Amino acid sequence: MRVFVPCDSSALSVGADEVAEAIAEEARKRGTPVEIVRNGSRGLLWLEPLVEVETAKGRVGYGPVTVADVPELFAAGFLDAADHRLGIGMVESHPYFAGQERLCFARVGLGDPISIEHYQANGGLRGLRNALAMAGADVVKAITDSGLRGRGGAAFPTGIKWNTVLQTAADQKYVVCNADEGDSGTFSDRMIMEGDPHVLIEGMAIAGIATGATKGYIYLRSEYPDAERALNAAILRAEAHGVLGANVLGSGRRFDLEVRRGAGAYICGEETSLLESLEGKRGMVRFKPPVPASSGLFGKPTVLNNVITFASVPIILDRGATFYRDYGMGRSRGTLPIQLTGNIKRGGLVEKAFGITLRELLYDYGGGSASGRPIKAVQVGGPLGAYVPESQFDLPFDYEAFAGVGAMVGHGGIVVFDDTADMAKLARYAMEFCAIESCGKCTPCRIGSTRGVEVIDRIIDGRDRGAQVALLRELCDTMLHGSLCALGGMTPYPVLSALKYFPEDFGLPRETLPAAA
Amino acid sequence: MPDDVNVAVEAAIDRHRSVAGGLLPLLHDIQDRLGYVPQSAIPDIARALNLSRAEVHGVVSFYHHFRQSPPGRHVLQVCRAEACQSMGAESLLNALRTQLGIDLHGTTADGAVTLEPVYCLGNCACAPSVMIDGRVRGRVSANAAAALVSELQGA
Repeated sequence: MRVFVPCDSSALSVGADEVAEAIAEEARKRGTPVEIVRNGSRGLLWLEPLVEVETAKGRVGYGPVTVADVPELFAAGFLDAADHRLGIGMVESHPYFAGQERLCFARVGLGDPISIEHYQANGGLRGLRNALAMAGADVVKAITDSGLRGRGGAAFPTGIKWNTVLQTAADQKYVVCNADEGDSGTFSDRMIMEGDPHVLIEGMAIAGIATGATKGYIYLRSEYPDAERALNAAILRAEAHGVLGANVLGSGRRFDLEVRRGAGAYICGEETSLLESLEGKRGMVRFKPPVPASSGLFGKPTVLNNVITFASVPIILDRGATFYRDYGMGRSRGTLPIQLTGNIKRGGLVEKAFGITLRELLYDYGGGSASGRPIKAVQVGGPLGAYVPESQFDLPFDYEAFAGVGAMVGHGGIVVFDDTADMAKLARYAMEFCAIESCGKCTPCRIGSTRGVEVIDRIIDGRDRGAQVALLRELCDTMLHGSLCALGGMTPYPVLSALKYFPEDFGLPRETLPAAA
Repeated sequence: MPDDVNVAVEAAIDRHRSVAGGLLPLLHDIQDRLGYVPQSAIPDIARALNLSRAEVHGVVSFYHHFRQSPPGRHVLQVCRAEACQSMGAESLLNALRTQLGIDLHGTTADGAVTLEPVYCLGNCACAPSVMIDGRVRGRVSANAAAALVSELQGA
């Protein structure tokens, strides 16, 4: 009898280890043989710890399970898929799960994330095998044709980046994975690294094989110790199985991979700052050009992509560019793992093709706010993303559609706020965060953010409000156009959107606001 | 330098001096062992990596993760990012400040607990979150937080 208890850090944060122990203990007491598998999370995070029992018909789920529930679950006969108040039925038939289009997250939650046998048995390594039989230029062409764009937030076409690295002659090239997932409301990178690390390894190996890079680094944020353990364990397995090393799957090609830990600097999610950090320096943003693809890590051509971008690569090489491109809308092709977070009833991970609306995500999947109060606004795309009001909830998830209203898809994180949220406070926080995290290289960001906090404080206090609002707009304009990178350049988005849609929170009358924001 | 500090620093230097871009791994190695990066280690690190002391100090002080003084026996990090705010992180933080009698970056007088802010633990669907000695806890209610702190202060 196999029972699954996730080892994902979200599940652990709400007691999955203790539940796994309690199940083992209760099984011992009752003399019932039970094999406990520590799987990744299915992404139905409001149900964590979600315990699954394997049956002939499929896996039956129970959650959220506490240690106190365990004896009762045994007594009710959960090992025989019996009904119970915590029962959710067949996990894969659950509406939250069944409606998803899981390409990137296809394996997450199925089994032991570290096992390379499990990975191969479920479609793993086919993409890499195909890539090894192709010319590098053809692999790059497949990525270009798939329409894959950078999932870290900037949405730059991945194939163009790879092609630059391929075309640039050098004695050494690198593949670097940006795993500095610092945006609030995002955890899809973490779930891949903890729940299916081999797909990231395979994606990076394909990038190396395609562009001629022989060494890869995963730059992982220090806030993710569980992901670090999972990645290092998976890399050891991959090396032992010849997926990594001097002779990738017997091809005679080399690809080595190493995890490097960041040190709590949000700015190191910016690609050039990340490279500085990998080189052992302060994470100061570099001027571009040159772009990392031509002169990146240690001055060498570098493929630099986000975790989800790399994790989307194996299926493209396995099923073909057309298969992937057939998902999505407009110029946003494929699927996006979307994270429903904050004040939401059913928070979790929903991978869908581009085109799904915010309203479907928030209400059909998310079930509305956790507090039961009306949803006031959502912030999409991390701390630099705009606050989106209810009037725009019919917006489809599409890079261009979001950009059209001054918002951004970013890394696909959605943070939900109910009507008790004070948008002026959140605008102030955006400036405060920018001040804390600014690398200090450019003035608009370094100084502008601190002045921004002061100006918003004066607006909140009602000191000379009209003039201060004008000043705030001017300051935001300077930051937007004068900053070196997205931190200073995009902090105005949450600030101005809060001001535009929720002026009353700043003590301003709604009707007298100028239309432009 | 005291002996244990000396040993940890020299061992970390030996392990990382020839690693490309090895300064961050070296500093992590020291902090993982000692809980902080002692000022007294900086000249040795600089010499081993052929950097100036200013460059090493610049790196140590740039990153929020690196501490320049020893923390308390337990480190309690409270997430202040938006997702946790939407679920009451600010009032949670204020309650913890009051209970511990310290502000952010402070350590209780008995040396039991250091309180630090953190900006996202990647647990945003189970907010609000805190991290205690490297372990994330989610859905932390005010009562649960108070109980956790009492436990830390007793331990």
